[in-house]
Amino acid sequence: MIEIGLGHYLTLAAVIFTIGIVGVFLNRKNVIIILMSIELILLAVNINLVSFSVYLQDLTGQVFAMFILTVAAAEAAVGLAIIVIYYKSKGSIDVEEISSLKG
Amino acid sequence: MEYAIILFPLMGSIISGFFGKKLGSKFCQLLTSSFVSASAILSLYIFYKVFLQDYSSNNLIFNWISSGNFYVNWSIYIDPLTSVMLVVVSLISSVIHFYSIGYMSHDPHKTRFMSYLSLFTFAMLTLVTADNFLQLYFGWEGVGLCSYLLIGFWFKKPSANAAAIKAFVVNRVGDFGLAIGIFLIFFFYGTVNFGEVFQQTPLMIKEKIIFLGFEFNIITLICLLLFLGAMGKSAQILLHTWLPDAMEGPTPVSALIHAATMVTAGVFLVVRCSPIFEYSQVALNVVAIVGMITAFFAATVALVQNDIKKIIAYSTCSQLGYMFFAVGVGAYHVAIFHLFTHAFFKALLFLGSGCVIHSFKEEQDIRLMGGVWKKIPYTYALMIIGTLALTGFPFLSGYYSKDAIIEFTYLKGGYIGYSAAIVGIFTALLTAIYSWRLIFKTFHGKYNNKINNISKIQESPLIMLLPTCLLALGAVFAGIFFKDTFIGNASTQFWSNSILFLQTAQDNHPPFWFIIITPLLVIIIIPVSFYLFIKNEKILRNFVSKNNKLYNFLINKWYFDELYNFIFIKPIKKIGLYFWKKGDINTIDRYGPDGLSRLIKIISNKAVSFQSGYLYHYAFVMLIGFSILLTYFILY
Repeated sequence: MIEIGLGHYLTLAAVIFTIGIVGVFLNRKNVIIILMSIELILLAVNINLVSFSVYLQDLTGQVFAMFILTVAAAEAAVGLAIIVIYYKSKGSIDVEEISSLKG
Repeated sequence: MEYAIILFPLMGSIISGFFGKKLGSKFCQLLTSSFVSASAILSLYIFYKVFLQDYSSNNLIFNWISSGNFYVNWSIYIDPLTSVMLVVVSLISSVIHFYSIGYMSHDPHKTRFMSYLSLFTFAMLTLVTADNFLQLYFGWEGVGLCSYLLIGFWFKKPSANAAAIKAFVVNRVGDFGLAIGIFLIFFFYGTVNFGEVFQQTPLMIKEKIIFLGFEFNIITLICLLLFLGAMGKSAQILLHTWLPDAMEGPTPVSALIHAATMVTAGVFLVVRCSPIFEYSQVALNVVAIVGMITAFFAATVALVQNDIKKIIAYSTCSQLGYMFFAVGVGAYHVAIFHLFTHAFFKALLFLGSGCVIHSFKEEQDIRLMGGVWKKIPYTYALMIIGTLALTGFPFLSGYYSKDAIIEFTYLKGGYIGYSAAIVGIFTALLTAIYSWRLIFKTFHGKYNNKINNISKIQESPLIMLLPTCLLALGAVFAGIFFKDTFIGNASTQFWSNSILFLQTAQDNHPPFWFIIITPLLVIIIIPVSFYLFIKNEKILRNFVSKNNKLYNFLINKWYFDELYNFIFIKPIKKIGLYFWKKGDINTIDRYGPDGLSRLIKIISNKAVSFQSGYLYHYAFVMLIGFSILLTYFILY
């Protein structure tokens, strides 16, 4: 059986991070998916932090991960709230249609 | 007291100019008129003191410029010459202030008008009371400015604006000469104060200077340049073109500025500088020749003009020519005497013609008048007095001064003197013809105006007639009263040292036939011109149709305007247009402000297309930027 080490965790984090990035760009449908992709990016970072924390025997990384979770929760709350308000006023949260900033 | 003379008109001008709307036009008219009248009364008192007690003083107002050993004061310098000018300026000005109350009664901008008039009076008084060239220059430019403002008073009329600009620009040419003259004086004398300059002049006679490639005597050069300034302001030939056009202004302005005071500033300047001019025979000859040509030229043009004011304007030009050739033969005091009498009768003629124009409801063409002398008897009488005085009818003011000029030129003798005498007599003849033509065409003959019915022609209001009467008194009596003082036996004592004569005037008189010839001609011409202009117009009509070329030459004012148009205005317009189109628009604007703004527009258009509005584009840009920053921090 293969010993699961730091490399595996980092690979996993990288994969999740990439999925998040690609999710942001390739998504043409829904703003909520963008929000979820951002959550994925943050999770990937968390995995990185926790795995390094275990590897280096230093608790700071895990404490930091807790902070990021908090921020992510707050961000999700704010983001969702914005989306709700936006939907109320425009009647759609289609990414293609959110382009009022177009110059 | 001297301070009050100068500052009253300034105060009146400021009050009615800045607070006119609040105080109301009636109040402002009375205020400015009474202020200027007060200054006139004080001037009369000063004149009286100078007259009886040989009073003279120099009252400092303040140090204007003091730099190293160059110092200039603003002061009020009183001497016989100044006192005469003070009386002329403030008296005529106050009369015209009152006259304007009536003349401008239908104008909505009365306060502005009164303010300009008072400001003009102030500037003219500073000019004549100057004790140095710089203050004189200040007054000189001040009157030029007021002249510009007043000619263009009806600024909604394009012709008035054009005339105002023309007057200003033509005067620039003369003022340029005056300025260079003053610079030269400062350069060689180290001072611009009259007293010091005049004192040093005899020491400078031999000095020479190379100017424009020619070697000049300094004194001659300075005199010629000062005279160039005088030519501009006094509308002498070559620089005269602005004066007839200046008649676009209201008639009181023409009377005050373009007949009685401002245009005589040139004569005043030359007389004031007599201690310099006396040392340059060349300059005096130039002055005399220019004066002669102007006197003759303007009189011939006045013969055929049809605008009542233009005739009088050319007449002014011609009389100024008389003053200048009087100066040119060294008869400064006679020039000032003519200036003094001329101020009265010419202002009288202008105010009279103002009454005529008022009666005819703004009609100025004398061909459209006639036959109204019974309708407006007072105006008629006043105009007759003015005309008699102008033509030099015996015992009126013009007779004394004009004939004195002719006599002095004869006494002076020599090439210049005799030719000046001939020109003087011939011009007096022409003066009589055009003056009587004006009278007969305006008041006698058939009534020719189709716009206004003859029954509607009314006498002007009392507020216009009374001031005119005052001037008529001056026109009748100014000559006989002041003859002895100004040019007679008492004159040397009166002028004391304000005028310098190198050659003392000869006491002998010209022969009897010479004295009598001018008045005789003038009197004979009255019935002759009545016959020609009223009784038998056919003779003249035949003459004109036979000599059409001459007539056109005269009615087009010797083609001076056309000549200037061809020589100066068109090329300068072309050059200006070239610089405007190519230089300004195509170079400076194109690469300067216009180019910059276009560049910014292009960049911002590019920047606008960058904003797609799609969230994922923004996120992408953010990510790219973030990675670049991160790469930078990691690598360095």
